[in-house]
Amino acid sequence: MLKKWQKKDLLKAYRTMREIREFEERVHIEFAAGGIPGFVHLYAGEEACATGVCMHLKANDKIASTHRGHGHCIAKGVDINGMMAEIYGKKTGTCGGKGGSMHIADLDKGMMGANGIVGAGPPLICGAGLAAKTKGSGGVGVAFFGDGGSNQGTVFEAMNLSMAWQLPCVFVVENNGFAESTSPKYTAPGVTNLSDRAKGVGMPGVTVDGFDFFAVHEAAGEMIDRARKGQGPSLLEVKFTRYFGHFEGDAMTYRPKDEVKKIRQTVDCLLQFRNKVTSAGMVTDAELDAVDREVKALVEESVVQAKAAPNPPLSDLLTDVYVSY
Amino acid sequence: MNMIEAIRDAMDIMLAQDNNVVVFGEDVGYFGGVFRCTAGLQAKHGKHRVFDTPINESGIVGVAIGMGAYGLRPCVEIQFADYVYPAYDQIASEAARLRHRSNGQFYAPLVIRMPTGGGIFGGQTHSQSPEALFTHVSGLKTVVPSNPYDAKGLLISSIEDDDPVIFLEPKRLYNGPFDGHHERPSIPWSKHPLGEVPEHHYHVPLGEAAVRRQGSAVTILAYGTMVYVAEAAVAETGIDAEIIDLRTLLPLDMATIETSVKKTGRCMVIHEATLTSGFGAELCALVQESCFYHLEAPIERVTGWDTPYPHALEWEYFPGPARVGSALKRMMEA
Repeated sequence: MLKKWQKKDLLKAYRTMREIREFEERVHIEFAAGGIPGFVHLYAGEEACATGVCMHLKANDKIASTHRGHGHCIAKGVDINGMMAEIYGKKTGTCGGKGGSMHIADLDKGMMGANGIVGAGPPLICGAGLAAKTKGSGGVGVAFFGDGGSNQGTVFEAMNLSMAWQLPCVFVVENNGFAESTSPKYTAPGVTNLSDRAKGVGMPGVTVDGFDFFAVHEAAGEMIDRARKGQGPSLLEVKFTRYFGHFEGDAMTYRPKDEVKKIRQTVDCLLQFRNKVTSAGMVTDAELDAVDREVKALVEESVVQAKAAPNPPLSDLLTDVYVSY
Repeated sequence: MNMIEAIRDAMDIMLAQDNNVVVFGEDVGYFGGVFRCTAGLQAKHGKHRVFDTPINESGIVGVAIGMGAYGLRPCVEIQFADYVYPAYDQIASEAARLRHRSNGQFYAPLVIRMPTGGGIFGGQTHSQSPEALFTHVSGLKTVVPSNPYDAKGLLISSIEDDDPVIFLEPKRLYNGPFDGHHERPSIPWSKHPLGEVPEHHYHVPLGEAAVRRQGSAVTILAYGTMVYVAEAAVAETGIDAEIIDLRTLLPLDMATIETSVKKTGRCMVIHEATLTSGFGAELCALVQESCFYHLEAPIERVTGWDTPYPHALEWEYFPGPARVGSALKRMMEA
């Protein structure tokens, strides 16, 4: 499997996953220290998904994200300094401090936005896909949503619409086992895998192990390729867990104690990736360690910059509601 | 009791008293709700009475209407008022009209509880005050409690009511009164007289406002969090205002409003929701219709600005005591 990989791409994949992990671990610490306003939902544990999917995407491809959106932002190339400043509510943030953690959006990067409304993204990405088709611009659209979001009417509507119009879209359901505190075993008992729902609209559906970067990357590649060739949409379910609570401050009373600790030590996506590429002799531990150090410095710098950045001026309060006010 | 406990107590009492009462919503059963309003109720009353739903706001409300039409009294939770829009069609097109279009055969005795309002850095999708979207729909009742005592009594009245009731819980008030001075330490309900909540069943009737402060200079119409902002503004300006806590927006206690405005000759309307087409506009219209010849100054509105709720600049958006106070002074000079 690793034979078709080039070293630079392996390092790139590892770096993206490490950036997400380091970013989230740091936000976790800074939030607990009290410096970050608002609600924060962390993506740690799920890095292989955003990275494995977005590595296939080009600059003019679009993604729609969720309330747990930092990983998608980083994987689609949104600047980490801007993201950190946005989370802190600073003028230098990706959205000038107007959006915060749950609403980071970057038009230039094809990132339609993290979204505080569960299930809101898939119809938007159908629109992006139809716009690409209408204008002949060639881009594809990928909608990320959670196992909780997968139950929303908007998601079913979007999946069916994408089939009706044969849109260049991929639906990625990130099944981390909990819609806040409620399991899909309770909310979706009729299906073994959430990807089984693809049958209901007649599109291909595949479930992969979300701790395995290579499995995600391969399955996503086929679906994105299909969409790019005009062969229609598909549904990818990625199964894993999140390492932190639904939101920062969640005591996670609904999870077995030590569950996360065990996963971190055994199937963690970064750990597995490192083991695979080093044992195959493609990358050395020292090279990966160097990435770890670089990324740590990068994220440290983003925090320093964000803390020092100015707050938005009062004059920003009424801007961007209309073209002109 | 704090407001969370008072709301939980109301549901607990109604679940025990009436087998037709059911409670459900996202993370409401096993987990007990993200704000803990239903904690322990499933264990006490059973999974068939208190249960979880998928993330399906439209489904939650639609199911509640169907259950209500066939004899149950659902009290459902929308986790944040900001999440209600997928359910708005079921609320506006179905719940509100069921009685009218069936010529009174069917009705939907349901309560839709929703944490509402800002002041907790929730940003644009966790801070909204959408009350005017409900007061504008004929067939709905809309309730906004401002303290634990009222929350319990109003929720019991709402569950017993035979019409659909939108029950908006100002989330910034869950743990204590909040007057907009975010820089000061918060005060718990245990130090406020309205945190004294009897353990038994009691009503605060729908359609009755409460005069929180007697005054002669100006009438302030407020609800939810803004009641405490008004109190702070009055204390800081020394203006002898009469503060009316509306408690229910619809049905509205127009008699109390009219009596007060005719006495003071001035009226200010405050709410956290955006200005344009807000519930304040309706209040202004009603006051000028009934009190025009008693008014000594134009009616003033102090509200949230006409923008989505911002992430940064939260306190510049929030209509705090400084803005209310300066408007009060301006009114008294008119």
